[in-house]
Amino acid sequence: MSGPTLSPPTAADAFATQYVSFWVGDQLLGVPVSVVQEVLNPQQIARAPLSRPEIAGLLNLRGQIVTAVDLRCRLDLPLKEDAESMNVVVRHRDESFSLLVDEVGDVIDVAGERMQPVPQTLDARWKNITRGVYRLEGRLFVSVNIQAVLSFGAVQAA
Amino acid sequence: MSDELLHEFLSESWENLTQLDTEIVELEKQPDDIERIASIFRTIHTIKGTCGFIGLDRLGAVAHSAENVLGRMRAGELGVDPSSVSLVLEAVDRIKELLVKIEETGAEPDLDSSDLIRKLDLLASIPDAFKGQESDQCEPTPSQVVGESTCASPTPQDSSDANPTTMPATDSDSAPPEVARASETAPIEASEESGTSPRKGVADLSIRVNVDVLDSLMNLVGELVLTRNQLLQLVRGDQESRYTTPIVHLNRVTTDLQEGVMKTRMQPIGNAWNKLPRLVRDLSNVTGKQIELEMSGAETELDRTVLDAIKDPLTHMVRNSADHGVEDPATRRANGKPELGTIQLSACHEGGHVVICIADDGGGINIEKVRNKALRQGLLDEATLSRMSDHETLQLIFRPGFSTAEQVSSVSGRGVGMDVVRTQIERIGGTVDLSSSPGAGTTIKIKIPLTLAIISALVVESGGESFAIPQLGVVELVRLAEEDRGRIEWIHDRPVFRLRDRLLPLVQLSEILELENRSLRDCEEVNIVVVQVGEEQFGLVVNEVFDTEEIVVKPVGRLLKELGVYQGTTILGDGRVIMILDVTGIASRFGGLSNGVEEADSADATDVRSGHESTTTSLLLFDPGDGSQMAVPLSLVARLEEVPSEAIERAGNQLVVQYRGDLLPLLAISGTGQAEGAEIQPVIVFTEGRNSMGLLVREIKDVLEESLVIRMQRGRPGIAGTAIVDGAATEVIDTRHFLLQAHPDWFASPEHEIDQRLVLLVDRSPFFRQLAVNSLPANDVHVTAVAGLEEGVELYSAGRRFDAVIVEIELSDADGVESLLRSASVEPYSTTPMLGLTRVLNDEVQRLAADAGVSRVMAKFDPDAVTTAIEQMCFESTRVQEAV
Repeated sequence: MSGPTLSPPTAADAFATQYVSFWVGDQLLGVPVSVVQEVLNPQQIARAPLSRPEIAGLLNLRGQIVTAVDLRCRLDLPLKEDAESMNVVVRHRDESFSLLVDEVGDVIDVAGERMQPVPQTLDARWKNITRGVYRLEGRLFVSVNIQAVLSFGAVQAA
Repeated sequence: MSDELLHEFLSESWENLTQLDTEIVELEKQPDDIERIASIFRTIHTIKGTCGFIGLDRLGAVAHSAENVLGRMRAGELGVDPSSVSLVLEAVDRIKELLVKIEETGAEPDLDSSDLIRKLDLLASIPDAFKGQESDQCEPTPSQVVGESTCASPTPQDSSDANPTTMPATDSDSAPPEVARASETAPIEASEESGTSPRKGVADLSIRVNVDVLDSLMNLVGELVLTRNQLLQLVRGDQESRYTTPIVHLNRVTTDLQEGVMKTRMQPIGNAWNKLPRLVRDLSNVTGKQIELEMSGAETELDRTVLDAIKDPLTHMVRNSADHGVEDPATRRANGKPELGTIQLSACHEGGHVVICIADDGGGINIEKVRNKALRQGLLDEATLSRMSDHETLQLIFRPGFSTAEQVSSVSGRGVGMDVVRTQIERIGGTVDLSSSPGAGTTIKIKIPLTLAIISALVVESGGESFAIPQLGVVELVRLAEEDRGRIEWIHDRPVFRLRDRLLPLVQLSEILELENRSLRDCEEVNIVVVQVGEEQFGLVVNEVFDTEEIVVKPVGRLLKELGVYQGTTILGDGRVIMILDVTGIASRFGGLSNGVEEADSADATDVRSGHESTTTSLLLFDPGDGSQMAVPLSLVARLEEVPSEAIERAGNQLVVQYRGDLLPLLAISGTGQAEGAEIQPVIVFTEGRNSMGLLVREIKDVLEESLVIRMQRGRPGIAGTAIVDGAATEVIDTRHFLLQAHPDWFASPEHEIDQRLVLLVDRSPFFRQLAVNSLPANDVHVTAVAGLEEGVELYSAGRRFDAVIVEIELSDADGVESLLRSASVEPYSTTPMLGLTRVLNDEVQRLAADAGVSRVMAKFDPDAVTTAIEQMCFESTRVQEAV
């Protein structure tokens, strides 16, 4: 269930060609392979009372405590009936975060494709966390800006 | 020379040198401590020996000469005095300098130390000559010096074959006790005795491990614990399983392993203090002060990452205390203090934190100076400053660019520092608090969380979630069965619990954390965790209290940090993640531990700012005994008590109960007031000075915040009137009636007036307004403060009435005088008794005051006298009104 632990993210993220893809609602999204620590099946998540709704809670990843962020909530989508979400664990600024997603897809290689800019008409929440869009055969693939996902409005991470 | 060898030499030498700084300073204090000299000697000797071994000749030469001096000191042939100690320290510094260069370049630098070596050698050979002509270059040849030295150590080049035979006898004599005493010196001993490479000794007892390795070990152990738990789950309920025994064993080993790995990261805080004695000593020399550094609690363990983070701030603060805090001997003498100033450095565990205190007995911080400086630098405006308490003002010192030092010294006072200190402490989640009393010194208290430390915590459940509360903050646990629920009382909507002799504010954890919350009134069983925050205590109501567990505190993630109610997270034995509560954060979440009185104060403070006043009164509702509802203003109630019915006695025609070593007269409002057959009798206690009386009631119902408007006047004795409270007609009792029944002389003196008096204060100084509002309410006087007479008139036209007006008379200000004179003809001021306050009390002021209709003039800034005057004026005005 856990993928190989990959090298830490580098400045080359912007030029990443390999993405771990996942579904949230009907949308295919992805984060660079280099920031993904591992992918986990649904985990037991402990609530952190008083935290903002996007923060689903904390999970124990082999003794390491990981903050889980519910991407559905973050993207203003209705919450899923069954709370079983897959975890895409990413490293960001020396801390691990788990992105709760509906399903995890393949690793997508976008080498040779051109990243399209974020469409201006996109909903503000989406626009904020989107780094760019790739047109793959038959569907659009959104590259997610981790930094933006983990910054909540005024809560700009120091 | 291999890199690895060099690296090992460097790390070992650094460790030894750090130790050395402390020891040399200690030596200066107790010059006859032979053991210490021997220990310092050995440290230097080890460095010298290793230098020779790996071919660092220049470094070896310095060490060698320093060793000679120390050798003569040890032999008692050379006195230990400041100048010689300074020279040794200089040599130590030079050794460090060389080490730094070696670390940078990997090779010995071309640094000329011959001057220092000459001085050292001179001191070792002819101490008196050195003293007399320290600056003169008296020139004995180096070879002579070595030859004459009593401690005939081999030359650096030969030192690799240093063996016990070249060591003086005294060394081996003193060695054995040393081995047992301190592990730090032991390896050095071992090396000398064995005569082999010194590095081996160190390696035998301790190794250096990269912290990352420890971190990953800790994570692996966590994984192991989880697996262990799963296995335990599997064999549970299956007594026959042949796996049971090995799994139980695995369980035990895993627990031990977990503990062991966790402890590897802990270090005593003393490691961060090593350099401070030397620092203070050097500072004393530079500044000409006499300072002693006292350290306690050096064994307090901290996670090494935290330790690293506080090293610099600590150093800075101690330096500040020595430079700015402690006065010079002359000043101290003049102030009647001993010339020797003291800086106390202490550390301890407290409430789940490590608290480090740096206290000096110096002159303290001049608050006025801080205020002026803040004003001058434009950090804050005067109005804001005047509202700040002394304590708040002091914290300005942590603002960037702030330094009150009159003169910038070479040591500190450049205005960078305290803000950096605070930033660094806060970065690791700590807090800094500064308090100072003029003339007596300054205390800085640093509170840092035990990030990654192992603490003992109480695991509780509330609203369906588990939480850990650091055991250090927990005072006691109280479990109330259903029938004891009555001990929880309510003041307004806040529950309080009578714990022995005091009222404990209760807070429901589920309510604070906005979890599913059951009303306290519906709970069958109530679990109260009594926790300590600063000087105060409060009760945290939880659903269930589980066990105490040793937990590893893990930092709160970035996204949760801002909540302030968690000080960390932890993983329980069964792998569950739970939050560790920060009781201080929780206390601040519900607005601190203000009780009713303090709340009233803060409400008053708001009045001053907004210029408006809330007209509501806290009313205590009770059932007098006939099922009806009555009320009494809460401000008049001293306490609510419950006495066992059988304790109520009859003395003459008076009911009494023994209460706090005295007899408390009891009265009932209607009938007996006693709840028939009830075992517990609620009593409302009124106290004034030495007089107390209790009112028997059947039940205390509630406390409500209502605007008290008496609709109907008194119908019968003891009832002041009827008001609408909480939608129901409620009789408000006339407390005076009952008080007089119990003590006919209750109101013998005017200060015993207990109705609240409304006073209007007209003063342009926001500071004085604040002062008056805060100091007067304690005397049943409610102060509304305004800046000008006109505003007062507005209040009157808005329908507000006051029993007395206090007005500032400032002659130096034409406007003030004019408006005061005008007031003589303005309606409210000509009918209400007025009290004038002035800075300068003279005939002119008196005359002016009389013209303006001011009945009395007093000097400002004497709160007691002002209070008394107000009470008298209010009393007189009451009499006037009653007479009319």
